[in-house]
Amino acid sequence: MPDATRLTPVDGPRSVGRRRFLTYLVAAPTLTVAARLALTDATASAIVPSPDQPADLVDFGDVMAALTAANTNLFVLEVTEDNRVRFEVPRAEVGQGVTTALAMIVAEHLDARLADVDVPLSDARQDLGTAQSTGGSTSVRTLWEPIRTLAAMARARLVTAAAHRWNVPASSLTTHDTAVWSPAGQSASYGSLTAEAAQILVPEVSPLPKQTGFWLVGQPTGRVDAPDIVTGKAKYALDVSVAGALPTVVARAPKVGAPVVSYDATAARAMPGVVAVTQVPSGIAVTAQTFDQALKAKAALVVTWGTSPVDGVSDVDIKAALTAAIPPFALPPLLSQRVDATFDFAFVNHAPMEVGSAVVDVRATAAEVWVATKSPTGVQSAVASAAGLDTSAVTVHVVRGGGSFGRRVYSDPPVEAAQVSKAIGRPVKLMWTRNDDMRHGRMRPRSHHQLRATYLLGNVLSYEHRMSCVPVDFTGGGVGQAIVDAGYGSPTVGTGFFQLSEACPYNFGVVTEDLAEVPYALNTGTWRSVYSAQARTAEEIMVDEIARAMGWDPVSFRLMFLKTDAERAVVNKVATEGNWGRLMAPGTAQGVGLHQEYGSRAGCLVEIDCRTSTPRVTKGVLAVDVGRPVNPKGLEAQAMGSLMDGISTILYAGNHLDSGAFREGSYADFLYARQATAPLTCQVFVMPATGEPGGAGELCVPAAAAAVANAYARATGTKPRSFPLNF
Amino acid sequence: MPTYTFNLNGKAVSVDAPADMPLLWVLRDKLGVTGPKYGCGVGVCRACTSHINGQAAQICTVAVSDVAGKNVTTIEGLAKGSTLHPVQQAWLDEDVAQCGFCQPGQIMQAAALLKTNHSPTDADIDKIVNVCRCGTYCRIRKAIKRAAASM
Repeated sequence: MPDATRLTPVDGPRSVGRRRFLTYLVAAPTLTVAARLALTDATASAIVPSPDQPADLVDFGDVMAALTAANTNLFVLEVTEDNRVRFEVPRAEVGQGVTTALAMIVAEHLDARLADVDVPLSDARQDLGTAQSTGGSTSVRTLWEPIRTLAAMARARLVTAAAHRWNVPASSLTTHDTAVWSPAGQSASYGSLTAEAAQILVPEVSPLPKQTGFWLVGQPTGRVDAPDIVTGKAKYALDVSVAGALPTVVARAPKVGAPVVSYDATAARAMPGVVAVTQVPSGIAVTAQTFDQALKAKAALVVTWGTSPVDGVSDVDIKAALTAAIPPFALPPLLSQRVDATFDFAFVNHAPMEVGSAVVDVRATAAEVWVATKSPTGVQSAVASAAGLDTSAVTVHVVRGGGSFGRRVYSDPPVEAAQVSKAIGRPVKLMWTRNDDMRHGRMRPRSHHQLRATYLLGNVLSYEHRMSCVPVDFTGGGVGQAIVDAGYGSPTVGTGFFQLSEACPYNFGVVTEDLAEVPYALNTGTWRSVYSAQARTAEEIMVDEIARAMGWDPVSFRLMFLKTDAERAVVNKVATEGNWGRLMAPGTAQGVGLHQEYGSRAGCLVEIDCRTSTPRVTKGVLAVDVGRPVNPKGLEAQAMGSLMDGISTILYAGNHLDSGAFREGSYADFLYARQATAPLTCQVFVMPATGEPGGAGELCVPAAAAAVANAYARATGTKPRSFPLNF
Repeated sequence: MPTYTFNLNGKAVSVDAPADMPLLWVLRDKLGVTGPKYGCGVGVCRACTSHINGQAAQICTVAVSDVAGKNVTTIEGLAKGSTLHPVQQAWLDEDVAQCGFCQPGQIMQAAALLKTNHSPTDADIDKIVNVCRCGTYCRIRKAIKRAAASM
């Protein structure tokens, strides 16, 4: 990490949009450039609550960008003598493709071959703090400008170094393929120039990132980690070889949060390979030489559990409480006609393929952690606390993750591993079982929604949406603190995030949206697209119902009532490409949905076949407008994955709470989509670049979920109200 | 503890292990072969799918005693040296993977299918029940068809 006192500012502040960036030459033998982000007045003034629909003016991504800028942090780009370009990624790679997208931005602005760019995941850095968190679809959105500023500055210095070496004007030189080229065809690799470039203080060509002429950004590009994945070389936390790390599993209560009253480990301790049995706050940990031994010994434990704080609480109780807590509508219906609808969404586990896991080695004066985390500094603080160490004594290595969908902003697995490691004085590799993950992991909370629209003479006069849910735990990744710092923490962080994320994209007259929270001692979490996955899905189903009541076609209605051309464009695109309105057999139908958030927007059209007991989405068409697509192939992947989330959560996948215990234990009963319930074809259309990158990872979930529900409604002639439908 | 010998990715290996130890943990905890993943431990998610005598198997539910003398191939042994198996190449060409955790199992399942079915239909592909939580199913389908065409 560069020493801030040894930095030499080499260019003045530069305004880009609302943010400005200072680049620094780091005192190093080879070219190393750092960007410090500075908060401008313009950004500060943008974060002002608006009395109505603040998400129209400022959203969570803006909060994260401001927070990133407010921290004095440094992102560093290095060019090594062996001609490698190295950018330590201050984010998690959990499948969303961020390493590929960021490597492309570096390669583009440096004119380096993509294959020459290394993008290791950065260890936890306290100086970055929450700016190192991954979430809210903010990674490309917040890092685009700083990274390209860095890369363009590095390129300018390399060109200048070559000009000095060859004694020619810098302006006569060009760059491509990780090298500087003279008009005569002479070339020098960046690696050969890096030592000289490190001495260049004043670049003699523009150090500013280009605005046009992109050769890589915007080109469909395969993932940089794909070769490792298809050969089995990609390492996840439990694949990392840490000498002496002992397999560990934890026996957990049948019901959520029930404490250990007493336990008898006599039989377990006597079993082969067992090293230790340790009580931790979440249960009884068993450490052995192999996971097989640990699992068998866990089964031999005799544990008496206390009463769960949610003992006796089932779905029906929570649904009733959520319904009772719904805030009243603000407006009387007056003389207009109206449409009313209520919706319920079940709990949904994140269920990433890789279960909760961490490798932790707690020693007397220091600790080392290997974990897939979207909150490295959160893990660092939490493990320090568990181990009784200073935060600075904890090293957190961020490892690629096997999916997240919001799960990996929380630090529970590494904290458990630290508790065990500290207790037994040995490094441990701790794994949650699939049952652990399903029943004691985190959930998208159950929610209830009441919506009312009034209309008269062809206009929608008012639109009101009231949502109630079990509170989302916003402690992961510093999200809650960021919301508080931005002034949205009242009355709760949850309502603040709701204000920052929920906006109605339609001209529906007077619009009011409100959230009520009903606390239960359950483990919830930010699930891909957070409130929007339910709230905007409900809203898009409502839009279809309003259209029907007013005698409109759902697509025509959206095109008429949407506020912006950009949103009309994605609806139009899927309607055209998906052949909206084509004649279909009874029991089959099309449906559409739209979502706008993260500075982006997406439309989705699906076709569904409801003629068998298991309805199947047979076709998906999505149009995605993210302002500036960096990697269309990655965007397509995110859109397709989001479609599967929409299909799964609307049709099949949810979690039942039975008297304090979650019922589903694995993918055998948590019915996430499989090949036989996935569409046979899925087309994704990436809309042309119009500006700066918006968010992409969560964008399509509400559009897809709504399209599936709307298609189901049209195919069956029903009004779907409770999701998942097959539950 | 009994000793079991089997062929792993073309090489004979011997391990001391209890007879009922699942092959997944033998590979991961005793032999350091980490390509096959734990996803559920009960043969449902199929992230551990590997080949036993050329056939796809969920090795989290296969006892080591049952593979004695047999050929076990994991994702690490699918390529021939530096030449990728056509299924692996198709996975690259279609850019299938997202998080990648299930993909060793998906690839091994597809490779086993294509051994006996050179031109799988959509209905054949629908019978694959390996879970991909990132939802890469459409690309998996295209990649299987691409690999079939290239073989």
